[in-house]
Amino acid sequence: MTRFSATILVLGLTAIPAGAQDTKKEIQKYQQMIAEGSPVELFELEGETLWKKPQGPNNVSLEKCDLGQGPGVLKGAYARLPRYFKDADRVMDLETRLLHCMTTLQGRSRDEATKRVFGNENQPSEMEYLSAYIASQSRGVRLAAGNSHPKEKEAYELGKALFFYRAGAWDMSCASCHGEDNKRIRMQDLPVLYKPQAARPIMATWPAYRVSNSQFKTMQWRLNDCYRQMRFPEPKFASEATNALNTFLTVTAAGEPYRGPGTKR
Amino acid sequence: MRTLLLSAALLSGIAWAQSPVDVQKVLQRDFQARGQATMDRVVQDGLQRVCTDSHDRPPSDLARQLEADQLKTIDFPPGSLIGDWKRGERIAQGGRGLTWNDKPGAPADGSCYNCHQLSPQEMSYGTIGPSLLRFGWMRGNGPEMQRYVYGKIYNAKAYNLCSQMPRLGHSGTLTPEQIKDLVGLLLDPESPVNKQ
Repeated sequence: MTRFSATILVLGLTAIPAGAQDTKKEIQKYQQMIAEGSPVELFELEGETLWKKPQGPNNVSLEKCDLGQGPGVLKGAYARLPRYFKDADRVMDLETRLLHCMTTLQGRSRDEATKRVFGNENQPSEMEYLSAYIASQSRGVRLAAGNSHPKEKEAYELGKALFFYRAGAWDMSCASCHGEDNKRIRMQDLPVLYKPQAARPIMATWPAYRVSNSQFKTMQWRLNDCYRQMRFPEPKFASEATNALNTFLTVTAAGEPYRGPGTKR
Repeated sequence: MRTLLLSAALLSGIAWAQSPVDVQKVLQRDFQARGQATMDRVVQDGLQRVCTDSHDRPPSDLARQLEADQLKTIDFPPGSLIGDWKRGERIAQGGRGLTWNDKPGAPADGSCYNCHQLSPQEMSYGTIGPSLLRFGWMRGNGPEMQRYVYGKIYNAKAYNLCSQMPRLGHSGTLTPEQIKDLVGLLLDPESPVNKQ
């Protein structure tokens, strides 16, 4: 951590006289450095332990959980989410499906399983560890979220409509920040997420470790925190709305080889 | 004629599977109030509806009408509108206010640097909005300009219906006093925005 802080400090000092372009280059260098020293692997290992750990009233692990490729099949499963699941009759992303397995396989209550879906610096959440592990099993597999079942198409269309829906105290939609090319907030570049070329590298690297707050973050968290900053009320975890948005973004990014979990600023 | 063509193009372009009303119902079901972020926020007002429907390209006649309505929401204080640019700089730097984890009733900021370049000393600025560097130096700071800048910050939609800029006064984010301080930051010749 001290090393990261020192890096930020040095960057800050060199950036001021150099100008915005040079600052950008420095940030790219910094991003490369943090990727090399990323602790993502530790999250993957802890996730594997949790995947195999018997839990809940039924005292079973999640190893029989069907993420879409058959019970317990992890290879390439994440790259094909979100998708329609017949047993639940709805489209589910990774976290929604994990929650489904926790309640059905392990017999846990929804309240207990969702008590702490987003962790903090001191204590990551079970969802975050599990997401790291399961996503890592799709490295190299091309993103191919479900886009053929009527409910998948419906989710895509709803996600698209949500993306452009302006509301809240500040009149914002997702497109307010992610709707025009070559824009940024402060120094942060903003990908135009309804366009494939911009969505692909982003969706191929979530979930991700965020260096700025030393936490591993999931896609459900990413959407949640965007809505917080948009001055909206809070999206419910694993809701149809968040799954629809995730479907829209992942279908837009289709074809990109998955290379996460990523490391972000 | 141009307006007609534009409207026709818009109508054919908007082939939403979900109408905004349907989306609103989904949001009412799938979102929850938290802190000061209450559920009434997912309900669109007329302007948000028009901008969503038209992908931020409203038919110009309608836009002019709705902009005029927005202009009426602005309560211009009497006298000079140029406040303290030093306080304005702090308001422009900060990003607090109106999120579900901001303390209700606590002073908010303008989040200005998120989207605009202002003082040249601040290298970390966003580009969603235009650069405002040297704004007052280039445009002067007479009563009309003061009024325009105050109004634009108070309710940006009065000047450009589907602007991405929040209605900072109208939404209750900033007080009239804070907006005057921001006007000072943009128009005071002593402000770093204008100092050569």
